[in-house]
Amino acid sequence: MLRHILSRLVRSFLTLMLVMTFAFLVLRLSGDPALILLGPDAPQDAINAFRERWGLNDPIWKQYLAYLVQLLTLEFGVSMRDQVPALDLVLSRIPATLAITLPALLLKVGLGIPAGVYAALHRQSIADRGVITLSILGFTVPSFVLGLLLVLVFAVQLGWLPSGGQEGVEHALLPILTLSVGGIGIMARFARSAMIEVLGQPYIRTAMAKGLSWRSVVWKHALPNAAVPIVTLLGFMIGSLIAGAAVVESIFSWPGVGRLIVTAVANRDLAVVQALLLVIASSMIVANFLVDLAYGLLDPRLRSRRAAH
Amino acid sequence: MSVLLQASGLCQQYTTGKTLFKHPTVVRAVDSIDLEIREGEIAGIVGESGSGKSTLGRMLLGIEPPYRGELTWRGAPMPAPGTPEWRRLRREMQLIFQDPLAALDRRMTIADQIGEPLEIHGLVPREAIRNRVSELMGKVGLRPDQAGRYPHELSGGQRQRVVIARALAMAPKFLVCDEPVSALDVSIQAQVVNLLYDLKLEEGLTMVFISHDLKVVRNLCDRVVVMYLGRIVEEGPADEIFANPRHPYTQALVSSVPSAGRGHAKRILLQGEPPNPASRPSGCAFHPRCHLADAACKAEAPALIRDSHRLAACLKLRAAPNQDQVREIHA
Amino acid sequence: MTSVEATLESSAKRSLLSRLRLNLPFLIWVSLLWLIAMLLVAVFADQMRPYAITKMDLSARMAAPGTPGHLLGTDDLGRDVLSRLMQSIRVSLVIAFGATLLSAVVGTGLGFLAAQFRGWVEGAVMALADFQAALPFLIMSLAVLAFFGNSMVLLVCLMGFYGWERYARIARGLAISASAQGYAGAVVQLGATPARVYLRHILPNVASTLIVSMTLTFPEIILMESGLSFLGLGVQPPQSSLGNMVGFGREYLTQAPWIMLAPSFVIVMTTLSISLLGDWLRDRLDPTLR
Repeated sequence: MLRHILSRLVRSFLTLMLVMTFAFLVLRLSGDPALILLGPDAPQDAINAFRERWGLNDPIWKQYLAYLVQLLTLEFGVSMRDQVPALDLVLSRIPATLAITLPALLLKVGLGIPAGVYAALHRQSIADRGVITLSILGFTVPSFVLGLLLVLVFAVQLGWLPSGGQEGVEHALLPILTLSVGGIGIMARFARSAMIEVLGQPYIRTAMAKGLSWRSVVWKHALPNAAVPIVTLLGFMIGSLIAGAAVVESIFSWPGVGRLIVTAVANRDLAVVQALLLVIASSMIVANFLVDLAYGLLDPRLRSRRAAH
Repeated sequence: MSVLLQASGLCQQYTTGKTLFKHPTVVRAVDSIDLEIREGEIAGIVGESGSGKSTLGRMLLGIEPPYRGELTWRGAPMPAPGTPEWRRLRREMQLIFQDPLAALDRRMTIADQIGEPLEIHGLVPREAIRNRVSELMGKVGLRPDQAGRYPHELSGGQRQRVVIARALAMAPKFLVCDEPVSALDVSIQAQVVNLLYDLKLEEGLTMVFISHDLKVVRNLCDRVVVMYLGRIVEEGPADEIFANPRHPYTQALVSSVPSAGRGHAKRILLQGEPPNPASRPSGCAFHPRCHLADAACKAEAPALIRDSHRLAACLKLRAAPNQDQVREIHA
Repeated sequence: MTSVEATLESSAKRSLLSRLRLNLPFLIWVSLLWLIAMLLVAVFADQMRPYAITKMDLSARMAAPGTPGHLLGTDDLGRDVLSRLMQSIRVSLVIAFGATLLSAVVGTGLGFLAAQFRGWVEGAVMALADFQAALPFLIMSLAVLAFFGNSMVLLVCLMGFYGWERYARIARGLAISASAQGYAGAVVQLGATPARVYLRHILPNVASTLIVSMTLTFPEIILMESGLSFLGLGVQPPQSSLGNMVGFGREYLTQAPWIMLAPSFVIVMTTLSISLLGDWLRDRLDPTLR
């Protein structure tokens, strides 16, 4: 198990290195970083100083190493637009994003999994059909359409909720709703198909043949086994907590990471984009890593197989 | 009979469990095999699972290059897999698979699949392929109306007939049959074995028949090679091996086969764990399960000793007078 | 973890289909008709649209749908919404179609390469797939667009990377299992060249899985492109796509919601139709289910 954790750690680290390399390549391929970062109107002195400062006259591999060292020491440069360290800017926006994505995640889990399990146990019922319909909508209705429709109904027509801003809880309701509706459906469908798959297994029939009550079959045998695929999806959802709100935050003028990405990209504020890239990739990688650990704990088969190897 | 295929010192090993933090374990699946396949014979390779018999079969066809050792086909070295020479050589040697459903493309009709080798090697003009395919189907006992069927629409026995027909399409000289009937119903097994035997007679095929089923091997094979943990422990003419097995392992295997007029009274039961190539016992690999084993067996690995036309690898045989020979002299 | 996810997704789809089988023929007809209509619009947009997409009529700004001459109304500059919608359908479909093909070809090719050569080739492909899975695609696209600026070619190429890692994983996994014990190994053993093994045997066998994957990625690419365009970072004016129509229409949500509703409806209907059709197609393509 320890070996497995270590090898996953190394793999995660390699993936992170790849992300960094990607950022480096894109930055170098797109032109002279001095001109991009300082702007086309920068005086020649400043450009020369910048080149000297960041070693842009060195061979490319040296630049790459210097770049890696710079990133590993969490030095991401300064935001061109706001003149504050890029990483600080990104970190300061994370709470706002979590304030809407976390409740949305809780809704997805808290409503999605029970609904999926219920649908699996009561197939062909109205609830089952509802879960399927909602999941189809979750896959096909883009969040910007859903968000705007919600604004149209609840803010414009009914006037119940504000359409944007961040003053209080009521401002967060529509963003949270937009983020969670589709996800609830998708989560429910995963839970449903995982449950159906497990319920079809021979050991469930064995458990029932032993005379166990339906309730204890579901709770003791089916649910723990259905948990593995659900955790996969959950990990993915957790990983995208920070990144998942770019569109929604833009619609509702919510001052989180998502909106920061969009404005940074629109302004070509590259130091910020770079910092965002690494923060988001790190959060995804950490989530993947945790999911892998959770697998080991949830599935004794996996645990022993890995130990045997 | 001329030698078709000659293997000397064939070894195959696999490395498993290789990760960043772990030393790989080396598993030797096939260990120093010397073997001759003579033209026109059916050689049986028997052994439990894990004995390396399937690996040896694939190596004899050159599908897996040996880790060490040499293999010659009609005196010329076996080309490396994937090379044009290797591909050309496939016309002469073919493999019959254990699981015919897996070996067939489920999206092609059986007629197309039987004709595919002809297409690959351009042996027959395109318009003649149809005729050749129906001829082959007739030969293996498939009905003409089954030509347009897909593999999943056929029974297991019929699928194996398709695999055999496909292998025969190029009129090969040499077939390796890797447990060709073990996935089939017992009632079908005899049909397929009989088909293989008839084909051998009609087409003058040379065969290696790999099986763990000694009944089938006894009925079909001219010569038997017994393998244990990647090595040959006994080899000789089939009737002699079954009448008078010398190696304790062969004795145990043979005694487990019921035969008419002989009860199970003499049955030798194999004890202990089945062989695991990943942890090979010291000395004679069979010693932990052998009722004759003593300290010497644990220390020394027996060599394969020739005694007239039979070979066996057991320390005990060296010491004891050779009863077989004695009996032959008296006869 | 994504491969597990993919199989989960496909099993989820399977059960979804069996549940909806009762209504399927009707839904499939509707989907099919809708997609044909979209295809026709995309091909004949120039002939079909009543006005040029940039033709402004300042006297008829924000005319409501049903106004004579403007079936779907006009936008803030008095441009005909229907005409702009048709052009947007063309642009969005062309991008999505090109990108889907690109990513399927790239992904499948890399997957087959990994399966054929194993070793470091496989390691490199899988590391790239890991990287792709670790970085949300929208974020990666945003970064690339930030560094390189907007252009139509860049956008299509970028979208062409969407989901390649799924194809690569599927293609690699299926090719390896087919080669190890299966039909592909058998055909190699008959003396077939790698080209024949992959094109004649493995590709037809994995095609249905790949096509299902394509029907999954196609709507996702539409959503991705429209999301980017909605944020003002994808297709740029004067060119128009479904996403940037919604994005611009958003400004007039209160006075003229039709500007944004018309393209939204098209997006939802199109992605829905493809998803439903994809489910149905998968069943048809599998001869063992016939």
